[in-house]
Amino acid sequence: MQEIIRRLDAKRAAARLGGGQKRIDRQHENGKLAARERIELFLDPGSFEEWDMFVEHNCTEFGMDKQKIPGDGVVTGYGTVGGRLVFVFSQDFTVFGGSLSKAHADKICKVMDHAIKVGAPVVGLNDSGGARIQEGVDSLAGYADVFQRNVMASGVIPQISMIMGPCAGGAVYSPSMTDFIFMVKDTSYMFVTGPEVVKTVTHETVTAEELGGAKTHTHKSGVADLAFENDVEALFMLRRLVNFLPANNKEKPPVWPTTDPAERQIPSLDTLVPDDPNKPYDMKELIVKIVDDRNFFELQRDYAANIVIGFGRMEGATVGFVANQPMVLAGCLDIDSSKKAARFVRFCDAFNIPVVTLVDVPGFLPGTAQEYGGIIKHGAKLLYAYAEATVPKITLITRKAYGGAYDVMSSKHLRGDVNLAWPSAEIAVMGPKGAVEIIFRQDMADQEKIDLRTQEYKDRFANPFVAGARGFVDDVILPHSTRKRICRSLAMLKNKTLENPWRKHGNIPL
Amino acid sequence: MFEKILIANRGEIACRVITTARKMGIKTVAVYSDADKDALHAQIADEAVHIGAAPSAESYLVMERIIQACRDTGAQAVHPGYGFLSENAAFCEALEKEGIAFIGPATYAINSMGDKITSKRLAEKAGVNVIPGYTDVVRDADHAVEISAGIGYPVMLKASAGGGGKGMRIAWDEADCRDGFERATNEARSSFGDERVFIEKFIEEPRHIEIQVMADTHGNIIYLGERECSIQRRHQKVIEEAPSPFLDEATRKAMGEQAVQLATAVQYRSAGTVEFIVDANRNFYFLEMNTRLQVEHPVTELITGQDLVEMMIRVAYGEKLPLKQEDVTLTGWAIETRVYAEDPFRNFLPSIGRLVYYEPPAGKNVRVDTGVYEGGEVSMFYDPMIAKLITYGETREAAIDRMCQALDEYYIQGVQHNISFLNALMVHPRFREGRLSTNFIAEEYPDGFNAAHVPQEDPAKSIVVAACVHRGFTDRAAQLSGQMPGHERVVDDDWVVVVGGGEHHINIVPTADGYRAQLEGTTYDVVTDWVMGQPLFKAVLNGESICFQVARQRIWYHLMHRGAKTDAVVMTPLAAALHAKMPEKVPPDLSKFLLSPMPGLLVKMSVKEGDEVKVGQEVAVIEAMKMENVLRAEQDAVVARVASVVGDSLMVDQVLVEFE
Repeated sequence: MQEIIRRLDAKRAAARLGGGQKRIDRQHENGKLAARERIELFLDPGSFEEWDMFVEHNCTEFGMDKQKIPGDGVVTGYGTVGGRLVFVFSQDFTVFGGSLSKAHADKICKVMDHAIKVGAPVVGLNDSGGARIQEGVDSLAGYADVFQRNVMASGVIPQISMIMGPCAGGAVYSPSMTDFIFMVKDTSYMFVTGPEVVKTVTHETVTAEELGGAKTHTHKSGVADLAFENDVEALFMLRRLVNFLPANNKEKPPVWPTTDPAERQIPSLDTLVPDDPNKPYDMKELIVKIVDDRNFFELQRDYAANIVIGFGRMEGATVGFVANQPMVLAGCLDIDSSKKAARFVRFCDAFNIPVVTLVDVPGFLPGTAQEYGGIIKHGAKLLYAYAEATVPKITLITRKAYGGAYDVMSSKHLRGDVNLAWPSAEIAVMGPKGAVEIIFRQDMADQEKIDLRTQEYKDRFANPFVAGARGFVDDVILPHSTRKRICRSLAMLKNKTLENPWRKHGNIPL
Repeated sequence: MFEKILIANRGEIACRVITTARKMGIKTVAVYSDADKDALHAQIADEAVHIGAAPSAESYLVMERIIQACRDTGAQAVHPGYGFLSENAAFCEALEKEGIAFIGPATYAINSMGDKITSKRLAEKAGVNVIPGYTDVVRDADHAVEISAGIGYPVMLKASAGGGGKGMRIAWDEADCRDGFERATNEARSSFGDERVFIEKFIEEPRHIEIQVMADTHGNIIYLGERECSIQRRHQKVIEEAPSPFLDEATRKAMGEQAVQLATAVQYRSAGTVEFIVDANRNFYFLEMNTRLQVEHPVTELITGQDLVEMMIRVAYGEKLPLKQEDVTLTGWAIETRVYAEDPFRNFLPSIGRLVYYEPPAGKNVRVDTGVYEGGEVSMFYDPMIAKLITYGETREAAIDRMCQALDEYYIQGVQHNISFLNALMVHPRFREGRLSTNFIAEEYPDGFNAAHVPQEDPAKSIVVAACVHRGFTDRAAQLSGQMPGHERVVDDDWVVVVGGGEHHINIVPTADGYRAQLEGTTYDVVTDWVMGQPLFKAVLNGESICFQVARQRIWYHLMHRGAKTDAVVMTPLAAALHAKMPEKVPPDLSKFLLSPMPGLLVKMSVKEGDEVKVGQEVAVIEAMKMENVLRAEQDAVVARVASVVGDSLMVDQVLVEFE
């Protein structure tokens, strides 16, 4: 027995070294941590249970039968984050460059299958050179096996990808189907085809960083949700995100006790909306002041900043926030912001997270760029997402709610549960100036008349009371009582049940 | 007594006057501009009257509107506060015609003291020491050079109608003198509408000490001790105290008596201040007389126990002064710091905007004179002072200590502010020793102010606080629902605080009333009721009261204490070891750009594409807050691109010029 234990220890020690100390050192020199180090940082200390440490590939081509490293380039298993179960796989760049073999893919599939079976999130720490070319179609089959599981798990358990190295070619499609993608600045990149191929095909010269670095994907493409300074920060922040998420689609969002009173009054909100309707203000101030403990986890901060999305807590439980941001493009809806918010609303709906929508929207962004880009279909995504959602939906109109955008932003008509408005709210088809120009076109030459009409329109429609008279707004509330009113609404909606008619699936305008 | 008075001012001073009037049972009328519709002074007064648009020239400076407000509300007297119309003789006359009392001096005193040249002559005649200088108006730059050569450099060029540092330039040589004459004239014109400039000897190692006088209409004039206001930045007072740590009884008496002589000479009435410049040998020279209530009057109030505003009102009503010179006592020590909306890290550029968070300190021996509130606005139209913070103690040291604590507790977010700078001054050894001079800031902070360079009184405190805060967050997260039964999160007690590249192992456990920490062989008992989300970490640490400002940004905790900034990460020993392997990232190089350091108007672009510039050369001029700010090249470079044109409204960090 002693002998067997010694052999096991030796085997384990060898497996833990992955591609060897030299390669681990190299990884460190490149500003990256090793696969197991990452898992240790991400999970609660000592909670990791590793599986398939001894798995090896069974490729015999190109002399691969002579190169076998236990684990085959990915570390898999489960553990806890804040005491809650999480499945994890961490690709090991020190072993065959983290390339994906069939055996490597099978290991990932195994944890994903378990995660779906027991209803716990799966987190992938990606650091892979791509397909194991020596394995040919076996490697491609491996990718597809993972893709299929990503789809099966979608909306059932939260899936999160942390890109911590290269992620290119077919490999990008597994993260792309997960709920959140994070990247590490300077050491990670994602693209379908690399700079060399781009140069050959389109003659564009571009660096890997420009093509698919963290900045590109958090600012330009919107593929990634956030970028972090280094591996340590990334993994700690990932823990913080996991704390907001329910384990699966049957669970309620997690709760922790809070000392922040639900009835807390916030007098400074009474002066948040400026008198001048064209003057911006920071919608994030409203979010940070109404959530518990000023603790707001914003996602996609640098992409489509005209809409703000993220998680906060109210009375200890997770709430998803969607808010127009008057500071950027006057808070209008456009292609990017519609897509960004739609995906977030659908995530919240899939995982029973109530959605609080804060509205100050002047409408959709006009222009050929938007129309040619298909704003009709992209804008419809957000409309669809809100209309389909059955989670508690609370809407607060702080200022403008104009035109179709009013309907889209979780209006009463899309089954908004509680729709509130500040006294400064203006709910109308359009702003006074535009409306008067259309309704009173014949008076356009007479500035005095137009001014009078504009004032009339303002008095009549630039307020929340017309919508209130029809019950489209449940109540007009004082800004300082916003937290109290939203907390109470959420408490009232705690046991909300609402089901959409049975169907195979809806047909969201993709 | 008056039944109703109007306060022809705004901000903290309007609020301060209203408070005293209310105490005396007098009804108050506030006036406000468009920008001050929601301002505190307009809210707390019994009545508020709108007097025009935001720029002060269209509201607070329009006499007719203010007089009309008096007529409409039946106000019997006007308190002008400081600034605006407080030293405007025409305003006094206009009020007089209406039969409305002016709570301040008579026209003659205002006129004679308002002009620096006249006042100096009068002072000389009244037997007051004056600085050598040329009291006539300077004709042009050549004339300025000629006069300066006569007096001997360094000299000071000053606007005749000036005040508050505007239109003031020091010249060390002829080139300075020519340049300074032009700038002083320009600023004098734009700030006061009067471009006259005069020149006087510039005194090195000077201290600014002023005497508070108070006079009634029955011939009684007293002085209420002195205030030292030597800590100035660009001739703007930053810190004031009473008494002065420098004066002896004999000098105090001599200065007080000269101040009274001058006040007598101009038939003074109400509160006034005679400013002196004092050299290292306690020679003092008359600087000017301010015929109004001073910004820094609270320090005098705290050590004399008198309410100067109340006295002003009573005297204006014709009452006699309630005390004689021999009744004036100076007890204890008072310090005032001016909390400004300005960015000490960007060369004190003014900052404007919304006060997203505003929580002033409170408690015994702390007084906050302010005109703002959380959610209010610091407007670009007026002086960016947020508040005056005044503390009192039996000794100077006690008053300073109380000030440090109060500054630690002063929480402001939304606009940039100078609190860390004020606190750094309070802990500065030279300030503590009382070795003051009006050059203090320029000498001690020649390269500007950086909170990261302020020495920590005890770095261990920051480390312990960071660990407590982290423990607070971690313990909260450990209470999350949905944990695996039997495998719940157990928070370890051993942590590493990474700060400034150093790692500090700390053991920290929660106790019934806070935390107990072991750090490098010392035990720290921290009694606190801090919970996550609170920006102020108030605690008693080994018996000592502390307050740290805490902000969490991603994994970093940013701590502010006594003007020093500490950035810390708290992690497990394993994580710290791995964190140490992470590469240090160099921030992006912005030196190739000249960025607008403040919002403002681009009034001059001095370079064009292809120009070679030398370090220190003027590149552009931005006007903000009525001040011309010259932006200079920080290194020798060639202009690659000019990104803004004259007339542009600039935002902070907007690119003006790109260098090659």
